[in-house]
Amino acid sequence: MHTDHLLRTWSCIAGVAVLAIAGEVLIAAAMRKLGDLDLLRTHSGLGGYIGPIRAVLTSPLFLAGAFCMALNFFALLFTLSVVDLSLAAPATASLTYVGNAAAAKVFLRENVDRRRWLAVLFVCIGVVLLAK
Amino acid sequence: MKHALKPSQYAILAAVMLTASVGDTLLSHGMSQIGPVDLHHLHLLFHALGNIYIIAGIVLLIGFFSSYMTALSWADLTFVMPATAFGYVIVALLSRFWLHEHLSVYRWTGILLIVCAVGFVAGGPSRTEHEPQRELDVMDSGAGR
Repeated sequence: MHTDHLLRTWSCIAGVAVLAIAGEVLIAAAMRKLGDLDLLRTHSGLGGYIGPIRAVLTSPLFLAGAFCMALNFFALLFTLSVVDLSLAAPATASLTYVGNAAAAKVFLRENVDRRRWLAVLFVCIGVVLLAK
Repeated sequence: MKHALKPSQYAILAAVMLTASVGDTLLSHGMSQIGPVDLHHLHLLFHALGNIYIIAGIVLLIGFFSSYMTALSWADLTFVMPATAFGYVIVALLSRFWLHEHLSVYRWTGILLIVCAVGFVAGGPSRTEHEPQRELDVMDSGAGR
């Protein structure tokens, strides 16, 4: 019974983290592909933002990422109905930070050097301590 | 290669940090005024859309998403991530100095660690250059001749 509860809790947390990682990496890939949004502005003023907004909203990678983020939102709501917020919030945040760094290195080929791994580790521990 | 950020890009990162944390705080304050919502009282969610704090929170979260995506268009995901985490620090400091809540030693340590993490990443390059740039670098060094 206890093992079942533990398995369910961590499956929910892992599911939320995986969806967040997929969403963030897909959106980051979309934005990297589009390049600096300032350069997509057609002219100065508010009307100039139509170009970047259209480019973002018609990007398949962005739409896939936004879909994953929407699923992540509902998965988080479900998780909060079975797991305490004090565990769910820091656990999903920490797993998402570590997973994002690994996924950015593998899929986005980012240079995740020792400095960035250390930053991820510090953020994870920091988030857990803030939730205490 | 070190990429120096322009002042406008620092402003975007500051917007990422501030909009998420202040937006969440406003939503939380607004929902505390609305009261608990359950499946039998879903109409309260529509009622919530008329609350000034909820409206301000939604506007700020739209601002967060826009500034976050703008930052990702010129910086690595692993560079922008600690900036989003800095939002936790802002919420903790707001709760300490605005709401006068007590912050334990654990929380102050957490704040210190996240500030250090942002410092580590901010000191490095904001963007990883891929193949075309690497090829140019090799050519510039004369190795390709």
